[in-house]
Order: sequence, then C-alpha cells, then structure tokens
Amino acid sequence: MSLDLILFTAIASATALSALTVVFSRNIVRSALWLLLTLIGVSLLYFLLGAEFVGATQLIVYVGGTMVLVVFGVMLTAQQQFLKIRTRPQEWLVGGILAGSLFVLLVNASLKMGEGKAPPPSEALPGAGQIGVGFLTTYLLPFEIISVHLLVVLIGAAYLARAKRKPKEAPSDG
Amino acid sequence: MKDLFSFLPARLDLVAYSLVIGVVIVSFIAGAASIFVWLERKVSGRIQDRLGPTRLGLFGLPQMIADAIKLLTKEDTSPDVADKFLFKLAPYLAFCASFVAFVSLPFGEGIVAYELNVAAFFVLAVLSSEIFGVILAGYASGSKWSLFGGIREAAQVVSYEVPRSMCVLIPVIVAGTLNLNTIGRQQMGFFWEWNLFHDPFTFCAFVIFFIVATASCKRAPFDLAEAESELVAGFHTEYSGLRWSYFFMAEYASMFAVSGAASLLFLGGWHTGFLPFEASASWGWGGHILNVLVFISKCSLLVMVMMWMRWSLPRLRIDQVMMTCLKYFLPISCVLLLGVCVWELFVPSVVELGWRYLSAAACALFMLGLVFRLLTGPLTMPRGQLPGAWAGVETPLMKAK
Repeated sequence: MSLDLILFTAIASATALSALTVVFSRNIVRSALWLLLTLIGVSLLYFLLGAEFVGATQLIVYVGGTMVLVVFGVMLTAQQQFLKIRTRPQEWLVGGILAGSLFVLLVNASLKMGEGKAPPPSEALPGAGQIGVGFLTTYLLPFEIISVHLLVVLIGAAYLARAKRKPKEAPSDG
Repeated sequence: MKDLFSFLPARLDLVAYSLVIGVVIVSFIAGAASIFVWLERKVSGRIQDRLGPTRLGLFGLPQMIADAIKLLTKEDTSPDVADKFLFKLAPYLAFCASFVAFVSLPFGEGIVAYELNVAAFFVLAVLSSEIFGVILAGYASGSKWSLFGGIREAAQVVSYEVPRSMCVLIPVIVAGTLNLNTIGRQQMGFFWEWNLFHDPFTFCAFVIFFIVATASCKRAPFDLAEAESELVAGFHTEYSGLRWSYFFMAEYASMFAVSGAASLLFLGGWHTGFLPFEASASWGWGGHILNVLVFISKCSLLVMVMMWMRWSLPRLRIDQVMMTCLKYFLPISCVLLLGVCVWELFVPSVVELGWRYLSAAACALFMLGLVFRLLTGPLTMPRGQLPGAWAGVETPLMKAK
C-alpha cells in the first residue's frame, strides 16, 4: 500500500467516524465539537489531494468562521433542558430514509465521475491565481450573484441584530 | 529540506522527515516559550522599575527550568461540574493550531517544513482556529468566569480576523503571490527593498497588522479573555499544571507565528537588509544559519514589542475593543487595500523609488537617533527627577528645594 492510500484511509475514516458521532451524540456541545473535527478532516482531504487553496479556504471559512459562531450559539443556548437531544422513532425513520437515499445518490455520482478518465497530474491543479482569474472572467456572473447574495445576508443580519431603540416617551412635566 | 532522508527507501523517508520535523517544531515552541516567559518577567520587571528573576544563576536564566519543573509536577485538577472530556481536550486543540502554523512558516531560504503555495492564507486560517481551545475551555470548565472569558475571546477574535486578513492582502497584492517563500525571496537586498517601504499604504498596513495581530493573540491590552482583574483568570481559571502550560505555550507560539508572518510579509523575512545578495547562495551552510538567526531575532524583536505594549498600556473594555476593530481598523484597512491597488496601477516607478528611499532613510535616521539617545542618556536620573518622557515635570522633591 502506498503512503497516499494509508493517509487517505486514516483521514477519511476519521472524518466519517466523527461525522457519524455528530449524528449519534446526545450532547449538543459534543455534536458541535465533532462537526468541527469533521470539517477539519475534510480540509485535510483537500490538502491530501493537492488542492491547497480549497483546503485553506475550508479551514478559514468553516473552521475559523462558521464553526466559531455555531459553538458560540450552542454554548449560550445549551442550558439544562436543551443540552440533551431526544430523537423520536419517526424522526429516525424519516431521517434514515433521506440520509440513505442521499448516500446512494452521492456514491453513484462519485463512482461515475472518475470513469474512463486518467487522474490529473498533481502539478496541474489550479492555484489561487487561476481561480481568481476564472472568477473574474468565465464565471463572473455566478460570482457576482453569490457576492450580492452574501451582501444581502450581511445587511439582513446586521438589521436583525441591531440595537433596537425604544420610542422615546414624552418627558413628563414633573 | 525534503531530501534530508533520501537514503531511506521511498515513502519511508517522508514518514521519517515528518516525524523529525514534528519533534523539531514542538521542541522549538517549548524552548522559545520558556525563554519568552523568562524574558517577559525581565521586561515587565524593568518596565515596572524592579529587577525580575535574579536569584538563580546568571540573570535568573535557570529560573525557566525551575518554572518548567513546577508546571510538570503540579497536580492536574479538574472541577466536579466540568465536562471532563472537553476540559481535557481543549488545551491540546489550542496548542495544535499554533503548532500547525509553523509547518508552512519559512525560517530561511528553503528552511520550511512544507512549502505551501498559499502559505500566507494557510497561516491565517490555522491561527484563527486556535480560539476553539479557548472557547471549549471556557465552556467545559463549568465556571462562569471561564465562560465569560471564552465568549469575549470568540467575539473579539472573529471580529479582528477581518482587518487582519485585509492587512495581509496588502503586501500580497504588492508581491502577487500567497507563497511566503516567494514573498521572502522578493525582498532580497538592502532594507529599502522590504515591503514595508514599498508605498505609504504598506507602511500603515504593517502598523495596523501588528496591532490587530496582538489582539488576535489575546495579548494585553486586548487580553479580555483572561482579564485577571475582572474574571479571576478568564478561560484558564480552572486549569493547572501541564494543561495550563499548553495554553500559554500556544499563546507564545502564536505570538511568534504572527510575528513571523509580519516579518515575512513586511520586514524582509530572513534577509538582513544589509547584504545585496542571498546569503545562503553565496556562503552555503553559514548563510543558512545566518538566515535562520536573522529571522528568529526579527520575530523575537516583534514579540518583545508585544511585551512592551502589554506592560505599558491599560486593558481596554470589551466595547472599546469591538469599537476599535469595527469602527476604526476595518474602515482603515479597506482604505489601505483600495489605496495599494491604486498605487500599483497608476503610480509611476520614479515616485515609487523615491518613496522607497525617502521612507527607508527617514526610518533609519529615526532608529539611529533613538539608539543614540538611549546610549547617551543618563542611566539613572538624579534624585527627585523623572526620566524619559516625564523629564522636567515638577515632582514634590523639586518643589521642596
């Protein structure tokens, strides 16, 4: 077995295991922690594939940004009655069917994707420069749509979170 | 660097290499942290008009061994209400993040564990995940002080990440690459070749980056996660012994890492600034050693400035911290980013060269003047007179005369 294969097996199984633990853990803070480890595992897989830029982006966006907010929110809301998650049997059923069909779909798609193609040489993977040029030429419209979307989300979040001023009561003539 | 173990069979050399690199980085962090702790005690002592550790050996240097023994042998306690698993995991998470940053930090021409093409981005990404250790420690301790510390840390670091990334982008725009090795190589030569003197925007960006980096390392005056006057010791209130020492090793390691990033991005990396050629290319191993020494001393100098700031400035309130970031640093860094783009596109090379020489000369003259005043000034003031910036201020003793 080559070193790449050993590393891939180790990282992928650790990622899959922590993803399963996210679902099966009863404690919500532990779930958040395992989700963090899953996301780190995914970024490690990107690094292993040679996609350094995507790996670092995964780290800074999900691990450094999103997960901090998730953990932050979970920590503040994880009081006594919300700390443990109870799942009812019908939720297990619906969730299980959805997850199973999605899994079959993804496995099918990913097996078909590699068919009849030689693996790309590792040197030819695009770096940050090519990705940037691509964003501003070929994929300008999707890029702009996503940017405007994110801007709208940002303004909306700021609007929702702003300090709400109560209407000033008229000063009483004491 | 990678072919150090080429005598081993294929793939085994990579394993041996990564093991050795891991051990080297961990021991470097531990050694540097213990020296910085000694230095911090000395610096704080001098700033507060006392001596710091003196009893043990030369300059109290063996004190750091005593400190290490104390930390290793202290009892490892955890509170009853703590979430034990997370409580034990948190210090390692914090340490891992700072450790990984060193993997792509070049210490000299080719002296880097793994040359990443996006190293600048990677260092930022990894350092920003250090706060998980802090947040989890705050939550898992089961103490209100710790939770407050963790929450403050989360709010502070997430906000300061934005101006920090923007300030990193400014020299990256000048260099045209995210590879820290290439950025270091581009600044070869005399000190006016450094990115610091490239244009007025990079000069301001360095100052902003340094302040913001201090904040994201949760160093005073931004150490609200600890805030010993309000929160006992903040997020590490419940920690003791070795686990506590992982937190402060992570802190010193990330201070060193951001200083390393600052010196690579702005201060010429491993170049002395006085040699117009690459030292390692002409002098072989001697040059490599010189490069590493220069890099480490630049970083240590920046770490010392952080200590200087810590012991001279009072701690900010949390609303002041957030206001400084969102109302001042963020707009300033946006303006700097736009400014450097305009400068790169429209300013003729004559103006650029002129700015380089002028600003470098002004900085060098300022430093020389500072050193001259330090060397020629009196070491101690006569009785009843204040030194430094307070010279000439009337004191009660002067009034009595």
